[in-house]
Amino acid sequence: MSDPAIPLIRCRGLTKRFGSLVANDGIDFSVAAGEIHALLGENGAGKSTLVKCLYGLLAPDAGSIEVRGRAVHLADPEQARALGIGMVFQHFSLFEELTVLENIALGTAGARADAALAARVAEVSRIYGLDIEVKRPVWTLSAGERQRIEICRCLLQDPRLIILDEPTSVLTPQEAESLFASLERLASHGAGILFISHKLEEVRRICSAATILRGGKVVGTADPRVETARSLASLMVGEGVSDVRPPPRHERGEALLEVENLTVLPDVVHGMPLSDVNLTVQAGEVVAIAGVAGNGQSEFFSVLSGEGGVVRRGRIRIAGRIVTGSSIGERRRLGAAYVPEARLGHATLPQRTLSENLVLSWHDTEKVGRLALNLRRLKQAVQTIIRRFDVRGPGEDPRAAQLSGGNLQKYIVGREIERKPKLLVVDQPTWGVDARAAALIRQTLVDLSAEGAAVLVITQDLDEAFEISDRIAVLTGGRMHPPVPTRMTDRDAVGMLMTQHHDGRGEAA
Amino acid sequence: MALALAPRRSVSRLRQVLTPLVAFLVALIVAGSVLAAMGKSLKIAAEVYIVEPLTSSWGVQEVILKATPLTLIAIGLIFAIRANRWNIGAEGQYVIGGMAGGAVAIATHGMGAPWILPAMLAAGVLAGVAYGALPALLRNRFGISEILSSLMLVYVAELLLDYLVRGPWRDPKAYNFPKSVNFDAAATLGPIAEGLKLHWGVVLALVVVVVAALVLARSLFGFAVSATGEAPRAANFAGFNDRRLTMQVFAISGGLAGLAGVIEVSANIGQLQPSIGQGYGFTAIIVAFLGRLNPMGALVAALALSMLIIGSETAQVMLKLPFDMTRAFMGLLLLCVLAGEALTRFRLVRT
Repeated sequence: MSDPAIPLIRCRGLTKRFGSLVANDGIDFSVAAGEIHALLGENGAGKSTLVKCLYGLLAPDAGSIEVRGRAVHLADPEQARALGIGMVFQHFSLFEELTVLENIALGTAGARADAALAARVAEVSRIYGLDIEVKRPVWTLSAGERQRIEICRCLLQDPRLIILDEPTSVLTPQEAESLFASLERLASHGAGILFISHKLEEVRRICSAATILRGGKVVGTADPRVETARSLASLMVGEGVSDVRPPPRHERGEALLEVENLTVLPDVVHGMPLSDVNLTVQAGEVVAIAGVAGNGQSEFFSVLSGEGGVVRRGRIRIAGRIVTGSSIGERRRLGAAYVPEARLGHATLPQRTLSENLVLSWHDTEKVGRLALNLRRLKQAVQTIIRRFDVRGPGEDPRAAQLSGGNLQKYIVGREIERKPKLLVVDQPTWGVDARAAALIRQTLVDLSAEGAAVLVITQDLDEAFEISDRIAVLTGGRMHPPVPTRMTDRDAVGMLMTQHHDGRGEAA
Repeated sequence: MALALAPRRSVSRLRQVLTPLVAFLVALIVAGSVLAAMGKSLKIAAEVYIVEPLTSSWGVQEVILKATPLTLIAIGLIFAIRANRWNIGAEGQYVIGGMAGGAVAIATHGMGAPWILPAMLAAGVLAGVAYGALPALLRNRFGISEILSSLMLVYVAELLLDYLVRGPWRDPKAYNFPKSVNFDAAATLGPIAEGLKLHWGVVLALVVVVVAALVLARSLFGFAVSATGEAPRAANFAGFNDRRLTMQVFAISGGLAGLAGVIEVSANIGQLQPSIGQGYGFTAIIVAFLGRLNPMGALVAALALSMLIIGSETAQVMLKLPFDMTRAFMGLLLLCVLAGEALTRFRLVRT
């Protein structure tokens, strides 16, 4: 055991620049053994840059990194791993068709998918309570199970420091609990854990220290156990974060989205079929669909937007008109607007400017010009959106890929709001978005419903569902639990519904 | 020690501009070294490849004439490639276009009416459109790879032409040579001015360059084409109809290849014969990429490759070089430009 006074990792004056942008500015920070240390900050605060430097993915321009008291130069992740630093990324890199064991072997230098590896996996799983079935193909696994593979893969390297990037964003509350138990066990064995999360409640729940970044600098450290979520959020954004203001009382109006007995076959391999889904969203309300990723959310979104899915039975009406076989353009002309989950490559063309990206969802209903795109009008419209939704990025009209997640999401939501839709369907409105942007987006959605639009929000974030919705439905295993008024239910009840009907694909509660 | 490519974080405008020039220079140096190693005179090589095509009136006109079909076909291919659709069969669409235009010329032989030439051009374009639509149809309807079907249709077109000029369309007075009758003046695309070899097809090609550049850069359709290639999911989200777009880009590339075919047959060849192809449809793929999928770029690239082809023809005589060296040099040029492009976006690192 090393001297507990010497931190597992320490950086002094760590600075990383990208052109004129200083992503990390003289960062001093350390993680001790046995500590679960939260790294907090808005998107763009420099969290990912910092952990990439710590994991050898980026080379800092100035400053030093010490691992257990010795100055090191990390040229690549392999070197970081050799020094006992492991990382679990937000997005999994697993092969769907291969088994768990094969995936672990592929991600582990010098390992083969044999009995010896299986035994090591079994031992690691036992010690840290990871519960992994090595023979199952990955495509049969839930997100929580997939994440456990990634964690196991990381633990096989025997790391002293484990970096987790937004690890709970794809987990049910119950799955998150079991992750926390594993993390606590790891920490009690002397490992240090660096935990990046936007969910302040869970940071308070499991972290014993927190470093807060803002604008590339360390603006404070805190003991999350004695702070409130609100005080942590204030540290992150530098000013008070407002709660979403409930709209003034207003009446619900006509049904703008009606889904009747909808049965849909997915058009991608391993997609989730939808069976017999019923749902109505009226003018003036926000309906949230809660559920864990992979339970039919993307399929539901694409059948509502007309982008995909093979409708076997049932129908969809928008503003009273049957649109089951209509294109997304026809639906937009009826007043519908859509915000897909993936910001780059689905909601936007990454290498195009924001003004060019307006064309994607505007060309059916707004005057953008056909023979010659009206670039001047598009540029003006983008400025309006940038001002109204506080979109920050380099230059007047940056390319989509140049924006941080939160700013891009504000732009995408703003682009649809500018069309003054009667029906807005949003898939994961604040996924990977910083606290302030998330608050603004949520407020926008609530305000839109108050102005008489119907808003449907598909979200994995239960807090969000409870914060903004009038009714909550749960999608699980491709089936819809009918919506219930939000104030008549609670997290536990919804969480229980989320874990049912997994049809052998996940862990039944 | 091994080398690996790592992405650059930013690429300067200057680097983007300089890259093709440097690539061209590198290709020139390598080609020169090869020639020197073969014991050829570099002075004569410079004369035939560079000086003569650029200085003599004959050379300049030849370069422009050869660049015309290359430009037309490449412009069409740019639409397809930008949409990530692979039309490898422009050669076939070119042949079919020439054949259809030729059919009009043969059928109207001796009539000498003013509508013949426009009818030929229209027939060439329409035939190219129809022939180009086949791979698109097969892809949309049956999911057949357009790469394979478009390529294989080249052979169908060539063999069909071969059959026609040996059979039904053969000129009875041609002593059994496989060729059609010589076209009338009314079926011949004439020179722009007396004493020039440059014909009206050159002007047409320039118009196509400008229109295509505008359509690609400014119109909603051009945006849809590029969006489909850049991010198909985003294009689907926009509601751009993937199948219709596939038909459209194949129709455009087929139509322009057909136009190139009929222009070549009418203005330069003056009859139908088995070998109207000359590989323009394949060389145009290189032109499209050398021109970085940009119509103006394609025009420049077509002129450069045309110069290379003309130079090689002279070099056969002057330097006793096999004509296959042309292909090797074209490949070398493409390789250098693509490598240059890769190196603007990535840098070499030792691992």
